[in-house]
Amino acid sequence: MKRLINQVPTKTTNLFLGLLPFLLIVIVYISASAVRLTENPNDKLLPSIEKCMDSMGKLAFEEDKRTGEYILLNDTIFSLQRLAIGISVSAIFALVIGISIGIIPYMTSTLSPLIWFFSLIPTMAMLPILFIVFGLGEVSKIVLIILGVAPIMTREIYQRVREIPSEQIIKVQTLGANTWQIITRVITPQILPRLIDAIRLTLGTAWIFLISAEAIASTEGLGYRIFLVRRYLAMDVILPYVLWITFLAFLIDFILRQFNKKLFPWFGKE
Amino acid sequence: MSLVKAKNIWKIYGNDVILENLNFSMNDGEFCALVGPSGCGKTTFLKMLLGIDEPTRGKLLFEGKEYPKEPSDERGIVFQRYSTLSHLNVIDNVIIGLEFEKSKFFGKLFGKEKKEAYEKANEILKAVGLEDSKNKYPHELSGGMKQRLSIAQSLVKKPKLLLLDEPFGALDPGISLDMHELLLEIHSKLNFGVVMVTHDISEAFKLGTRVLVFDKIKTDKDFPNRYGSTIVNDIDASKKKERKNEK
Repeated sequence: MKRLINQVPTKTTNLFLGLLPFLLIVIVYISASAVRLTENPNDKLLPSIEKCMDSMGKLAFEEDKRTGEYILLNDTIFSLQRLAIGISVSAIFALVIGISIGIIPYMTSTLSPLIWFFSLIPTMAMLPILFIVFGLGEVSKIVLIILGVAPIMTREIYQRVREIPSEQIIKVQTLGANTWQIITRVITPQILPRLIDAIRLTLGTAWIFLISAEAIASTEGLGYRIFLVRRYLAMDVILPYVLWITFLAFLIDFILRQFNKKLFPWFGKE
Repeated sequence: MSLVKAKNIWKIYGNDVILENLNFSMNDGEFCALVGPSGCGKTTFLKMLLGIDEPTRGKLLFEGKEYPKEPSDERGIVFQRYSTLSHLNVIDNVIIGLEFEKSKFFGKLFGKEKKEAYEKANEILKAVGLEDSKNKYPHELSGGMKQRLSIAQSLVKKPKLLLLDEPFGALDPGISLDMHELLLEIHSKLNFGVVMVTHDISEAFKLGTRVLVFDKIKTDKDFPNRYGSTIVNDIDASKKKERKNEK
């Protein structure tokens, strides 16, 4: 008998084992839900799957009577828009500042303590300040994402720039490169795939800030919706929404990963 | 006028003396191989020649003028590793030196200029034996090919002085021999100065026209860094090679 650490499952077993916990959760949920519903058909805590699909179907495919909008689509668009703007601004900030403090010693001295300070502030504590300064509109939600994500991303990019071997930087100087050329032709192209990875890493954090900001002050968005229907204990909406958000997060991560693979074939192989 | 001249150079870090009263002079076309025990300051001296380190005391001159304080395209370098750009393929790794020179803002050439740069790079790649791999990325190359590429990168800049920091230290013995042939051939064609740091004494004598031995003259058992190294032996190895060529 081989040691446990040397027993490797085959491909099919691997797949089966991976799916097993999900299957168990679904079975447990369905049976628990059935038990509760036979006791009380109006039970809200564990709605049946049909009920969830029905409620979700209404939100997804029927126009809202009051506004004439498809609620799920509308919520998704608003949330993704906030997320995209927040992440894009953070990424551009991280790229510019991270590279500058990574390669120019005077910039390191000037900016790196500040970035470090900001990355330590618990971002949610800044939310009241943002609401006071920027009001309850879109800006404060996006700024919250930026404040939460940009410092982490910047530190990440800074680290990755520092990891570029000094031999390489010296070598390109002997090939006649000036500082600007080193940044644009040597550092940035090598950092771009790492920036994509940094985005993937911080997306989870960005979602937290997005949902939180939407929960507190908003009139549309995925986070707003689940916190709104919470008042009616509408688990039949909340559960599918959470799954939908998870799916979106997975999809974005998947796209970014494919993006890296296609665009930077050399990445991760040096 | 000598290419590099060092007069009474000292390098001291705190209480540690690394180099002590070192004198050195070399001309165009000379191939100086630096040998000596590890930690004897060969690499420190090479760093000074590269421009990323300065002597604590003494005078270092490049073509009779004050030594440049940072690396420039007059002095090329091949390190043991990490000299190539992993995000560019072989030929783009070579033309980048030309692009830096001709396109100050974009660092990139287009159209006719790019075509000329590629032609130049093709010649050099042929010389170093990489013409069949010009579209590969560095991660697809073997260790020896990477070093060939690194040499090609420097050659395109026509440096006056080529510095080699144990360039073949990480290669298999058979590959090293190929690299020796390549280096000897390039050096005999182009008349630039070479300074190579190596651990391998036979390599030093095979390639160098001069072999410079670094070591300490005085030693102190209790405090090994009280005295620094200097060049204890300057051996003319050029005649030996000519004899070999005659055979």
